Amino acid sequence: MGDRSVLHTRARRALRHESVRTWAALTPAVTLVLTLFGGAVVLALVRSFGLLGTDPSARPSLDAYRRLLVDPEVGRSLLLTLHVAVVSSTLAVVLGIGAALLLRGLGRGRRLTTTLFQLNLPVPHVIGAVAILSLLGQSGLLSRAATRIGMIDEPASFPALVFDPYAIGIIVQYVWKEVPFVGIVALAILHSTGDDLEEAARTLGATSWQRLRHVTLPLLLPGVLSAAVIVFAFTFGTFEVPLLLGSSFPAVLPVLAHQRYTDVDLASRPEAMAISAVITLLVLAVVVAGTTLARRTVRQDAA
Amino acid sequence: MTAIDSRPTSSPAEVQGVGSGRRGSVRSVVVGTMLTLLLLPFVPLVLASLADGYFYPQVVPERWSTRAWAIVLDPDGRTWAALRDTVGIAVVVMIVSLVVAVPAGRVLGTRRFRGKRVIELLLLSPVLVPTIAVALGIHVVFLRLGLAGGVAGVVLVHLIPATPYVVLLSAGVFANAELELEAQARALGASWWQARRHVTLRLIAPGLAVAALFGFLISWGQYVLTLVIGGGRVVTLPILLFATASGGDAAVTAATALFHGLPAIVLLVATTRVLGGAGLATFGGAR
Repeated sequence: MGDRSVLHTRARRALRHESVRTWAALTPAVTLVLTLFGGAVVLALVRSFGLLGTDPSARPSLDAYRRLLVDPEVGRSLLLTLHVAVVSSTLAVVLGIGAALLLRGLGRGRRLTTTLFQLNLPVPHVIGAVAILSLLGQSGLLSRAATRIGMIDEPASFPALVFDPYAIGIIVQYVWKEVPFVGIVALAILHSTGDDLEEAARTLGATSWQRLRHVTLPLLLPGVLSAAVIVFAFTFGTFEVPLLLGSSFPAVLPVLAHQRYTDVDLASRPEAMAISAVITLLVLAVVVAGTTLARRTVRQDAA
Repeated sequence: MTAIDSRPTSSPAEVQGVGSGRRGSVRSVVVGTMLTLLLLPFVPLVLASLADGYFYPQVVPERWSTRAWAIVLDPDGRTWAALRDTVGIAVVVMIVSLVVAVPAGRVLGTRRFRGKRVIELLLLSPVLVPTIAVALGIHVVFLRLGLAGGVAGVVLVHLIPATPYVVLLSAGVFANAELELEAQARALGASWWQARRHVTLRLIAPGLAVAALFGFLISWGQYVLTLVIGGGRVVTLPILLFATASGGDAAVTAATALFHGLPAIVLLVATTRVLGGAGLATFGGAR
């Protein structure tokens, strides 16, 4: 009896010790993120209510949000931002999965091919945007080539692919940058799961389409869904790519937020903060929905 | 976190598909097209940076020149100053984020505890929340603290996206490392320090090198945070590139873009060589 309770106390003490050490190890990273990131998000929110501005006696209000609601530019910006994010993440996911399936089947030269495939992953987005501009702009490489082969006769006849209302240049840049990302994630999943299940399906007489539809894609889904969420969050919130490749009216929401923040009229600053708060909430909503969906698909697979 | 295995698959059907017949050659053509499209945007940059009067509609420049590269590589020019600041900031960000992240990564990668999911979500959120919101939110406080417009402030804000990535990467490193070896070394009489130094560090060093490189690259490519917090007074390579791009000299812009992009590519390829192709998927998040 006595021995047992001593053991019990010791075990509990060891556990508590373990837990203290766990949290002690987490403290630096968590403190840093909570202070800088958490602080920034809270401050943006507080300032969106008109506080901490030039007038110290201001009371909290929803004026900035009301102004956003009636501002037609904001509505158009929101639609454009959604258009860019939805189209580019869909394309990136579909093409990324396709690329992974292609690369997996390569025999000779796969190492080199895979290296070349992911070469643009570490390239900063500003460079990607400058590169796409020099490729798709009206005096860019494609326009020059089109003139050379006689399809058009001056830069102005080349279709507007950058600074255009459909944000084609922005979408091309995102797809160009994100296809390797989704592809590498999908490739990693394919390698970790192996091809036993597909082989089994083949032995049971499944056609290649049936194997893709009922075996390979369900295997890829949870992981690729997480990657898709990351791509969506990114394409929804990026600033420098639309700044270089997009038109300034309507601009995507992150650019609009910056425009309002740097406006000579300081009264626009709460609006910039309100736009920031809205983008943050929208992105987080999509993240929560996406990860929930990803977890549900995992559970369904397990069942 | 996930290793890309580059051995050829042994599935008989796939060997057939690649080795012989129309399907194999169709696949090669599609893969070739894909790689061409992925590498195509770099082509006009290289051409423009080496062209002398790259007038419309020249596709390949009629005259070549190293003028733009001479401007970009001028020892007294803006590029080297920007490179010095970019590297300086990125190295500090890399070291601080590594120091802060490794203990957290070890715990997240090897232990189960209550609240783990919350911590993971908290650490992931700076990666997902639009950077512009963070930058605008923090700007006023940094102005009041005297941190806006200086290198210290820029380092602090770069830590916001860098730290979470380094934590998540090191968590993966620790989760995949055979840490039981550390306990075995202790059982065989090694001291705590010896076990850490000769066993654990050896196991995790390559993975941590990737994590560190990642922290470096996040700072290396950072634009918005530097723009808003640096207020135009901290001129890193992305800021310089953007300024040059708005300036109108296409050749200098192209050369600056390549000057800024090549080190990132070289670092990545060099590291994957060292690591034998491991850990590549994680680079995808490099923002």
